[in-house]
Amino acid sequence: MPLAFLAVFFAWPLGAILHRSLVVDGSLDLPFDVLTASSTREIAWFTFWQATASTVLTLLAGLPLAWALARFSFRGRSLVEALVLVPFVLPTIVVATAFLALLPDGVERSIWAILLAHVFFNVAVVVRVVGAFWAGLDERLWDAAATLGAGPGQRQLRLTFPLLAPALASAASIVFLFCFTSFGVIVVLGGIRYSTLETEIYNQAARFFDLRTAAALALLQLAAVAAVVVVSGRLERRLGGARRPGRPTPRPTGRRRFAVYGIVLTSVALLLLAPIALVLRSLRVGDGYGLDHFASLFDETPALLVTPWHAVLNSLLFATAAAVIALAVGIPAAFAVARGTRGVDALLMLPLGASAVMLGFGFLLAFADPPLDLRSSVAIVPLAQALVATPFVVRSLAPALRARDPRLPDAAAVLGASPGRVRREVELPLLARPLAVAAALAFAVAVGEFGATVFVAQADRPTVPVAIFRFLGRPGADNVGSAMALCVVLMALVTVVALVSQRVLARGSR
Amino acid sequence: MRSVAVWCKVALAVTGAVTAAAFAAGCGGGSGAPKEVVLVTHDSFAISKAVKAAFERESGLRLRILQGGDANEMLNRALLTAGDPQGDVIFGIDDSILSRALDGNLLEEYRSLGLSALQPDFSSPDPHVTPIDHGEVCLNYDRAWFASHRIPPPRTLADLVQARYRNLLVVENPATSSPGLAFLLATVATFGDRWQAYWRALRANGVLAVDGWEEAYTQEFSGAAGSPGKRPIVVSYASSPAAEVIFASKPLSTAPTAAVEDGCYRQVEYAGVLDGARNEKGAKELIDFMLSRRFQADVPGSMFVYPVRQGVPLPEQFVKHALVPEDPLSLPADEIDANRDRWLAAWTDIVVR
Repeated sequence: MPLAFLAVFFAWPLGAILHRSLVVDGSLDLPFDVLTASSTREIAWFTFWQATASTVLTLLAGLPLAWALARFSFRGRSLVEALVLVPFVLPTIVVATAFLALLPDGVERSIWAILLAHVFFNVAVVVRVVGAFWAGLDERLWDAAATLGAGPGQRQLRLTFPLLAPALASAASIVFLFCFTSFGVIVVLGGIRYSTLETEIYNQAARFFDLRTAAALALLQLAAVAAVVVVSGRLERRLGGARRPGRPTPRPTGRRRFAVYGIVLTSVALLLLAPIALVLRSLRVGDGYGLDHFASLFDETPALLVTPWHAVLNSLLFATAAAVIALAVGIPAAFAVARGTRGVDALLMLPLGASAVMLGFGFLLAFADPPLDLRSSVAIVPLAQALVATPFVVRSLAPALRARDPRLPDAAAVLGASPGRVRREVELPLLARPLAVAAALAFAVAVGEFGATVFVAQADRPTVPVAIFRFLGRPGADNVGSAMALCVVLMALVTVVALVSQRVLARGSR
Repeated sequence: MRSVAVWCKVALAVTGAVTAAAFAAGCGGGSGAPKEVVLVTHDSFAISKAVKAAFERESGLRLRILQGGDANEMLNRALLTAGDPQGDVIFGIDDSILSRALDGNLLEEYRSLGLSALQPDFSSPDPHVTPIDHGEVCLNYDRAWFASHRIPPPRTLADLVQARYRNLLVVENPATSSPGLAFLLATVATFGDRWQAYWRALRANGVLAVDGWEEAYTQEFSGAAGSPGKRPIVVSYASSPAAEVIFASKPLSTAPTAAVEDGCYRQVEYAGVLDGARNEKGAKELIDFMLSRRFQADVPGSMFVYPVRQGVPLPEQFVKHALVPEDPLSLPADEIDANRDRWLAAWTDIVVR
C-alpha cells in the first residue's frame, strides 16, 4: 500500500521529468560533465557542511527541552509541547522578516543567519520525536544505575545516549534532510551569495530551463539523501531500551526543579521571540495598536479572489485530508519498518530529499491526461502535502513500535483477550503518545507547506501560506498587516490542533 | 500482525476515496462543449471578483486561474508542457522573455478585434500575442528619510554612484527577478557599452542585491510600511507610491515614497492562445475580454499596472500619487534575446563575486 502510493505519486512523476531531461532523441545523455564541474563540487560541499552544522546545533538546542518534557510533568506541559510546533508552520519569508528585525547588523545575510534559522525551524522535530521516545523509557534504569554507583556523567554517557540512539538517529536524519534540501532559508536569509544543491536545481530548472543540469544535480541530491537514509536506518536499528506503560512522570523536585523550569522557560522564550514579534506586528495599526487587520480577514481584497478567511478554511480542509492520507500510508509503513522490512523506510524518506521543483515539473508531465488528470484537480494539493508529511509519521512511530515489548500483546492474548481487545487496550495505548505526535506533525507539515502547494493550488482555493505570499507580494501597510494576521492565525491553528490531538489520543489510551 | 492488516484496510479505503474524489474532480466536464477556460499566469496576476463574474456571465464559461512563479518561471512551465498545455490562455509574458515564447512555438496566432482600440504604442504587436497592460520599473525612494537627513533624493541613474548615496540602494538580482532584469536593461539602455563600469561604480558605492522584489521592498527598503529595512532607495514600480497610499492603515494625503522619473523601464505584458488549448474558442473570448473597457479599467486597481486601451481613465489615487513616465526606456526584443545570458553573467561577476 505505501509502496503503491510512492510509486504513483513519487517515482512516476520523477521518472517522467528525468526521462524528459536526460533522454535526447531516444538515447540517454548522461550529464557527467555537470557532476565533475568544480562549481558543482563547491555547492555540494557547502550543502553538506551547512546541513551537518545545522543538525548538530539543532540537537544541542532541542535535547534539554526534550528531556524536561519527557521526564517530568508540570503545569502547562502539553501547551509547551504544542507551542514548539509553531516555528514549524511559519512561512520562511515571514520568519526571515522577523529575524532581520531581531538580528544585529553583521549577522543578517550570513552563514550564521542560515544556521540560526535552521535551528529555529527544526528544533520541534528533535523535541517531539526524541521526547516521545524518551518518555517511554523506563526511568528505573537510571535509578538502578545510580544505585550501582554510576555518576551523573557516566549515566548520560553509558545509559542515556545508547538508549536514545534510535530516536536521536531518527530526528537527526529528518533535520539533516530538511537542512540539506533547504530552500527558502538559504535564498532569503543567506542572500544571493550562498547556494545549495536545492537552490541551484531550482535556478537551473525553473529560471534558466536547463533541465539537463537540473536533472544531474537532482540525481546527485537524491543519491546523497539515499546514503543518509541508509546510514541513519542502520543506526536506528540498534534497539533502544524496553518500554513500559503506565508509570506517571514525576513532578520535578529540589534542585531538579530549577533545572527543568529554567530549561523550559529559556527554550520557550527563545522559540517564541520571533512569533511574538509577528503578533505585535499584526496588531500594529498606524502608530497605535488594534485588531483592524484581523477584522479585515473577512473582507474582500484585491490580493485574493476569496476573503482571507476562506484561505483559513481551505488550509484546515487540505491539511486534515493530507494528515489522514499521511497517517493511512505512514502507519502500515511504520509497522513494516518496525518488523524489519528493509527499504520501506528509506524509500518513504526519499520524497523529503527530492527536489521540489523537479517533482513539481514531473507532476505537470505525468498527470496531464486522463485517467490521472490531476494537475488541474483540487485533490493534488492534499496529495502533494501528504507526500511531504508521510516521512514524519513513519519517523515518529517506527522507533516506538520497534521498542515495544512484544510479550505484552502475547501475554494479553494468553490471558484470553480477543485480538480486537488486545489492539484496543494494549497496543493502541502503548502507541498513543507517538501517534499524537505523528498526527500533529503531519498536520503541521501539511498546513505550513508552501513550496509544492503554491505550485499546484488554484487561484480561488488558496491556503494560508499561499495567501500570505500573495499579500507580501504587494506594497502597502494593509497588505503587510493582513499577512501578519494570517501568520498569527496559522500559529493558533497548529497549536490548537496539536493540543486537541494530544487530548483525544490521551483519552483513547485510558 | 493482525493490527497491520486492519490498518492496511483503513488506509486502502481512505486512499480509494481520495483517488475517487480526484478522478471525479479531474474528469468533470470531460466530454461535450467545454464549460471552462483556464488562464495560466504569474504570481502578480489579480482580477476583481466582479470583473471575473462579468466574464463568466457573458461567456457562460467558468474562468479557472492557475498561478505559479514569476513571469519567467511561468513561461518555463509552459515550455515544459508545450503542445499539451495546462490551460488555454497564457498571460504575463513581457518583452524580455517574448522571443523565447515565440521560438518555443508555444502560441497560436490570434488578432483580436479589440487591438484597434489600443493606444498607438501597442496596437501592432507580433501576431501571436496581444498586449494587455504596461508597467514601469522605476527607482523608488523614502521621502521621510531624505527629508530628515537633509540630502536631496537622486534624480538620475548616474546620481547613484555619488558618495552621498553610499549604502543606500537595494536592487533585485536580474537573474532571478523580473524588476531586477528590467533595471539591468535600463542601465544598458542608458549607459550603452559603459553599463559594466556603471555597475562596478555602484558596487563600490555599496549597492545591495537580493533575490527578489519581496526581499528588496518589504525587508530592505526603509520606505515600505512596516519594513525593518534601512535602505531608502529601491528598484520597484512607478505605481508603488500609489499602492502605499491606497493600502495605508490610515488615510494619507501624500505618499510616503516617490518614484524617480529618470531610468524608468517599460514592461509590456502580453497574452496569447496556447497551442493545443482544449478550449480555443473560449481562449479567444477571454483575450477579447481582457481588452474590453471593463477589464482594462480594473487593471490599475488590482495589478498596479496601466491599461493599454485608449481613453480608459485611471483611478483618482493613481492620478495623484503614481508616476506615469513620459518617455520610458525600452530595448528591442531581439537585442535582449541575443545578449541576455551574456549580460546576466557579466552582472553576476561584477556584483556577486
